[in-house]
This record gives sequence, structure tokens and C-alpha cells, in this order.
Amino acid sequence: MDSLSFDLRTTPLREMNAFLHRHTDADPTREIAVLNPDGAHNIAVGLDVPLHVDIRGHAGYYAAGMNKLAHVTIHGNAGTGVAENMMSGVVRVKGFASNSAGASAHGGLLIVDGDASLRCGISLKGGDIVVGGSVGSFSGFMAQAGRMVVCGDAGEALGDSLYEAVIYVRGKIRSLGADAQIEPMQETDFQAVSELLAQAGLNFDPEEFKRVASARQLYHWNADANQEY
Amino acid sequence: MNPTQPPTRLSHEESWGYDRKIMDYIHNAAAHGLYEIRGLGAKRPLPHFDDLVFLGASLSRYPLEGYREKCVTTTVLGTRFAKKPIELAIPITIAGMSFGSLSANVKEALGRAASEMGTSTTTGDGGMTPEERQSSKTLVYQCLPSRYGFNPDDARKADAIEVVIGQGAKPGGGGMLLGQKISPRVAQMRTLPEGIDQRSACRHPDWTGPDDLAIKIQELRELTDWEKPIYVKVGATRVSHDVKLAVHSGADVIVVDGMQGGTAATQTVFIEHVGIPTLAAVRQAVDALEQLDMKGKVQLIVSGGIRTGADVAKALALGADAVSIGQGVLFALGCNHEMYFQNGAHHAAAEDYARIGTAPGYCHHCHTGFCPVGITTQDPVLEQRLSPEVGAKHLRNYLKTLNMELTTLARACGKQNVHHLEPEDLVALTVEAAAMARVPLAGTNWIPGHGL
Repeated sequence: MDSLSFDLRTTPLREMNAFLHRHTDADPTREIAVLNPDGAHNIAVGLDVPLHVDIRGHAGYYAAGMNKLAHVTIHGNAGTGVAENMMSGVVRVKGFASNSAGASAHGGLLIVDGDASLRCGISLKGGDIVVGGSVGSFSGFMAQAGRMVVCGDAGEALGDSLYEAVIYVRGKIRSLGADAQIEPMQETDFQAVSELLAQAGLNFDPEEFKRVASARQLYHWNADANQEY
Repeated sequence: MNPTQPPTRLSHEESWGYDRKIMDYIHNAAAHGLYEIRGLGAKRPLPHFDDLVFLGASLSRYPLEGYREKCVTTTVLGTRFAKKPIELAIPITIAGMSFGSLSANVKEALGRAASEMGTSTTTGDGGMTPEERQSSKTLVYQCLPSRYGFNPDDARKADAIEVVIGQGAKPGGGGMLLGQKISPRVAQMRTLPEGIDQRSACRHPDWTGPDDLAIKIQELRELTDWEKPIYVKVGATRVSHDVKLAVHSGADVIVVDGMQGGTAATQTVFIEHVGIPTLAAVRQAVDALEQLDMKGKVQLIVSGGIRTGADVAKALALGADAVSIGQGVLFALGCNHEMYFQNGAHHAAAEDYARIGTAPGYCHHCHTGFCPVGITTQDPVLEQRLSPEVGAKHLRNYLKTLNMELTTLARACGKQNVHHLEPEDLVALTVEAAAMARVPLAGTNWIPGHGL
């Protein structure tokens, strides 16, 4: 397979991203290595081809933001909003992810091998997220569709104001947010967790996970809900 | 006088503090235990552009001949960083209003009229419809806190991207769309269950402050290869700080929406009690840009209660580069009209207004989805009451009227370009307006707060 590398110490980010956006004619599956990312923001934003992009180091904000089709691997930690609004493809963070990982993702799969910070999967719109470690508070806030698998613990207010997204947690949940509830795992849940863990290459027993979903008590304006809105 | 009868009183005294409006509010709160939600904008009297007048030319200034001499209205937005700034034929744009709050027919009508007049229209919460993209020559794509329907393909199809921080009707609050309007198509576009009362987030999911916003804006630029102007829209509150922070964050264009700005649905307490009037906001925004030496480099769009050509001219004179209109556009389409036009004939709508507890002239029931004239609805029967063709014709006429009034006033002030209108062309009729707009009270040299 053809491969190409960009050294962000010598190549401006804008030039690299523009190249990746135009890169639809050559072998779309070729591997791209991004060297010396040094925490730069907006690396590999808006890709629309099934490239394999390897970011060899830490990435700043919005790495692989709005990704479509591409497979992006960050060999380090990722800043705020990694794979935010992703449409399809796979984004993998080998280290830890900061706030709002996978925010409003419509599709695709985000894998974080380490922990993810606050608001992981906020406003999720159909994407899947697998976190090998724990997630911070307010994760899954207003998540509308899609699935989150958390292999460690979850912080405060998990799944606050959830719509139809489902969150699976293996460890402890510090607290549930408004309208989120723990529900019994069904056969389809075990399958979903097992499938997502397999895709992420993680080896945990699906039987250990709890299902968190919306109680749907805030779906219609309700005078007795007081401060819940 | 009959001594056995009590004396007849000459008048009944209504309480100022507990007038019928407040009593009705308390009765309603007591009955429902829930705040009122409604559409449109602030109804209370506020200092506004009506409190300013132009000083037309006479001996000390030379006017242009109103009907013959050219008066330029071309407006360019997004010159700071974007490779492809937007050039509009007129400085009057259509404000962001969502498909969901409005019918698809209406969104198409807005696009058609805006394109015919050489101006832009704007998407809203819920994303871009193919109808509006197709019908709009210049389309601004909003990036809102909810991110409903937001996707990179539509961002790339847009001519500019507007990051919405807030709107004048509800600065600090998120949007809402009640269940009646979450039709199958709206639900699908927003990834929501059909028929639920939708609450939109008030904070963006992936950034929190101006330093983050700078990176977010850079992301949108990277996504679109730095081609498209990036607007930042704020509801008018701490305008000076917000405008400066938006400049710092890298905005090409800043939209400041005053408290008269409308909404499809929000809490009445928000509409009437949060934010500052547009008149006060324009001056603060312009001052902020001037202090940063960014006037003319970052363009300013002002919205919130812009209704007439005079309003447009005054906003421009105070330093706006363009205005944006939402509610005026709805009225041009027939909002609050007694009749609607369908199948070649006019039909009375009064009964339909009565059915939702209101009447033509008073309706602010956009939130119900039962718009009697087919504008703010997703109902398949009601939405047929406004065809894209008829809507576009009326809106074009309205925009044309505003633009003619604008150029008439500019010529009368001796300006061959509407952007040459300046604060010196204005005086105020009230002390409040003089203080807010920082122009002298008519007949004096007095600007309150600025000495004699």
C-alpha cells in the first residue's frame, strides 16, 4: 500500500488538510502519517475519503472532526472534541481524550483506549463510542441516538436529558442525570456490547455491563417536572 | 341625588402594578403551573429606531436627486479571512429561521425572494433543506448549540457559516420546538422521536469560551479550506465584550440581535425580560469594533425589530454594514393577516385564529404549529395555504420597498452609497434614544452622558 507522510513541523496544517480534502483521485485507501503533531488543533478535519491517517503523537482540539469514511488513529492523547460530529469511519485514540469526545457524532465509531473527560458523547446523534477507561461527568448529555460503551466508571449526571441513545457502563456510575435510568440488559444489549467491544479490540465480558437509557419523562412539557428541564 | 342610593363613581381605577395583563398572567400561572411559551418577539414598548430622525440635506448639505442619481447598495461581507467573501446587492438579509419552525414551502419562498433581490437567506436549527439550498443563491448555514442536522456536506454547500451563540429573543437560552411541529421529516432531520417537545441545548457541545471558539472557527475554516466567511451571532446583552471576544475568536462577520428579535417558541419571560434593545446594541457594537480598529474589517449585521426602510437606514447610519430580518419577513408572507390566498382565491382565516385562542393582529402562536396562514406550521393541510410562488412575490415586494426607502433616505442625506450614512445624519427624539444611540437630542447639542 502506498504511503505518504506530513511533518507538521515543516508543513503548515492548512496545506495538509487541503491536500487530504482533495485527495480523492489517487489510491483512496493509502496510508498517511502525520509526524510531530505536537498537540496541533484541527488535524485531519473534514476528511471525506477512506484514507488511513496515523497521527504519531498528541493531537489538539477537534482532531478528525466531522470525519467521513476515513480511519484516523491518534498515537497519543486527543484534545477537546475529538471526532466531533463524525459522520462515518473510525477514529481511535490510543491515549486519553479530553472533553466532548465524539460530540454530536452522527455515525462512525470512536474508540478511546484510555479515559475520556467531561461530556463524552454529548448530543450524540447516531455514532458509536467505546471508551476503554472511564468517562467524566455529564457524559451522554442530551444524546439523541447511537451507543456508548464505557468499560470503566462514569462521573456525575450520566445521560442527563437523554433521548434515544443508549449507554452501557461496566463500572460504577457516580450519578445519573435527569430522566436517565438503569434498565435490565436484554439479549440485543449483550449483542450490541459484544459487537462494539470486538470492533474496539477490547476484551471484557458483556455480562458485566449495565444499560442506561431515557425514562422518557421529559419528552413532553410537564408542569410537575419543575427544575428537570 | 337620591340619598338612599350610593353615589355613582365617575371612574374605575385600574391598578398600574396589577393591571389586566398582570392579573391574566397570574391567573394563567395559577391554572397551569408552567410558564407561557410563545412565538415572535418582545411586545413591550422599547426605545427604538423610531426615536431617531434623519437630518435631510438643505443649505449646509447637498442632496442627491431622488429618482435619477445612483445610490449604491452593494454590500460585501466576510472580507477578513474568507477566500470567498459574500457580495450582496442590498444590505438587507433574511435571518436564520429553521425548517421545522417554518414549512418547507416558506423556506423555499425565502430563498426565491432573496435570490431575486440579490441577498442571502439563512438556515436554522435543524439543518439545511434541499429546497432552500436550491432556491437560495446565497445561503448562510447556521452552526447551533444543538447541532441538529449539522453535517460537513451541507457546510461545504453553504456560502457562509454562522456560529450561533444566542439570539435576541432569548440570550442565554436554548431553542424549543413543540411536539406538534416535530413531523416525520423534521424528526428525521433532527434525529429525534416524532412528536416530542424538543428542547435545544443553550451551550455548544464542544467548546465553552472565546478561546475555544477561536479553535472551533478555525475547524470550520479547515473544513471548508478557508473559503467561506464565518459569522458569529450573539443576542444583545454585554454587547461590547461579546463583540470584542467574537473579533478575538476570528469572526469575519458579527451578527448582533437585539431584544426585539423574534423566535418560533420560547418562554415569554425570556422574550420580554432578557437582553437590550437593538438601538442600544448597535452603538455598543460599533464602538467595540472601532476600539479594536476593526470597523470595516469585520462586518456588522444588526437584527431585532428591523421593520422598515427607515429602520434599515438608521441601523446603517449608526454603523451597521447590513441588517437581518425575521419577523418582518413573516409579516410580508401574511403572518397575522385575516386572509390567506390559495387556489387563486382569498379565504378568511379568522375561525382558525379563534380555534387557537387568538385573532388576526394578536397572534404569536407560532409555537402551536397551527399557523392559520400556513407559515409556521408542519401541518400538511395548513402549509398549503402559502405557496412558494405567492410567498416569494410578497417578500420580494417587501424587500424592494425597504431598499427603495433606504436609498431615498440616503439620497436625501446627500449620500451616493447607503454605507456612507453616518451618525451625524441622525438626531434623537427622546433622551433615552439620544443616550443609547449617542446622537444629540433633536434641537440641542446634548448627548446624555457626553456633556454639552
